Amino acid sequence: MSLLSAEGLSKSYFIHGRRVPVLMRVSMEVAAGRVLAVLGPSGAGKSTLLRLLAGLEPPDEGHVKLCGEPIQAGHPALALMFQDPCLLPWLSVRENVRFGIRFMGLSGAESQRRVDEALAWVGLQEVADWYPHQLSGGMAQRVALARALARQPRVLLLDEPFSALDPLARQALGALIRRAAGEGIGVVMVTHNVEEAIQLADEVLVLTARPGRVLLHQPLRGWEAPHLSLRQALELAAAGRWVSHHAPAFR
Amino acid sequence: MQWPAPPWPPRSPGPSLEALYHLIREGVLPYHAGVSLRRVLIGLGLATGAGVPLGLALGYFPSLERITAPILQLVRTISPLSWMPIAVIALGIGDRAVIFLIAVASVWPILLNTASGVRHLNRNWLWLARSVGASTPHILIHIAIPAVWPQLFAGLRMALGIAWVVLVPAEMLGVSSGLGYFLLDTRDRLSYSELMAAILGIGCVGLLLDAGIRALEACWRRSGEGRA
Ligand SMILES: Nc1ncnc2c1ncn2[C@@H]1O[C@H](COP(=O)(O)OP(=O)(O)OP(=O)(O)O)[C@@H](O)[C@H]1O
Ligand SMILES: [Mg+2]
Repeated sequence: MSLLSAEGLSKSYFIHGRRVPVLMRVSMEVAAGRVLAVLGPSGAGKSTLLRLLAGLEPPDEGHVKLCGEPIQAGHPALALMFQDPCLLPWLSVRENVRFGIRFMGLSGAESQRRVDEALAWVGLQEVADWYPHQLSGGMAQRVALARALARQPRVLLLDEPFSALDPLARQALGALIRRAAGEGIGVVMVTHNVEEAIQLADEVLVLTARPGRVLLHQPLRGWEAPHLSLRQALELAAAGRWVSHHAPAFR
Repeated sequence: MQWPAPPWPPRSPGPSLEALYHLIREGVLPYHAGVSLRRVLIGLGLATGAGVPLGLALGYFPSLERITAPILQLVRTISPLSWMPIAVIALGIGDRAVIFLIAVASVWPILLNTASGVRHLNRNWLWLARSVGASTPHILIHIAIPAVWPQLFAGLRMALGIAWVVLVPAEMLGVSSGLGYFLLDTRDRLSYSELMAAILGIGCVGLLLDAGIRALEACWRRSGEGRA
């Protein structure tokens, strides 16, 4: 049963008066407890895809469904973590986490409980009263994750959550993401890194260079040489030499 | 007939300082300063009340700004003192005309600073707010206002300076109290030492006001250690 699914998403932007297609007929789905890694060259439209999935922008064509219902921005079952931590500098860590659930209409006690729980989850109770500029990049990223998790989402969308982190912090955040999936959350994770995709993901989706089309969308299990294959797929995606929506070599 | 010797140029600051001392001791200058301060604060309050929401709207909706920009630019370049006759006709002689002039003069830095602050908001913060279910009013209250606060403060400080400058000519509009009135009055009485004292008084209160708003800003900075 897929939790979040997208059918035939297309999106263009107007740049200097010219219509630039960014995504073309992208379909995908993610099930509960699964991690889907989205890979693709820079500018392929990965961040755009996440915004469409989150209902923040309407697609030109196609539709997104969350638990069978059309997606709406701010849906309580969905949480989004942006490419940068995107913390509000005038709020403390605790207040930033609370911002994630501020508009859900929870009681004061319940939001308090969720904030504490989320902070404990990412191991940041000690710095709850700090302000964003006092945090390291990795800590800020974990605050952003806590803010997303406090929503107790069923789907978590992550845009390059590891980009600014050192190897240790990567490992810690990776473990947290696996743990979230272990609790039944469906995760869509954008990444540039083949290694990370293979370590963390159950499935991969490779987008071609702009306009982004689906080059490949399949489970990782059973691949013989996942690193090599995935790397080749990415090269193919960047070179734009794909033939159809699915490269036969990887089926 | 012998004209009184012109007191200008003053030969020493002695008489002015003496007059200043007496005017303060007898409560004349504090009284007029109090009246003026009240007018400035009310005028600034009105300017803030109008400028902040308008600035938020203009910054948030670019199309609104494009439509209104020519009108705003036109109105802004009109010297606030040219509104004097209209103010008097519409509001009569008195407090209300003075307050109106102060508000008209000081609304611009507040409005324009707020709008520019909102225009340069981090786009990601807007995405974030929408992704956690914030409505447009929520975004204005929880993102736009805190984010533009530093710029709004700078605008307020400029507005205060302008208000204080406009105050004096505005109070020459037939009101019978306030520092501007007092200045005219000393001139009419040919009391040059008091006139100098009044000018000094105006300068000192202006300085105090600016120091006050800067202290407020410093206080706010300290209370929010982490605020950018
Ligand atoms: N709001 C926007 N207005 C105009 N063009 C946009 C907008 N958002 C994205 N684009 C364009 O869409 C394309 C894809 O952008 P997107 O950020 O989705 O790429 P990406 O795959 O996330 O890249 P990266 O890996 O560098 O983060 C880019 O060419 C960008 O210029
Ligand atoms: Mg991106």
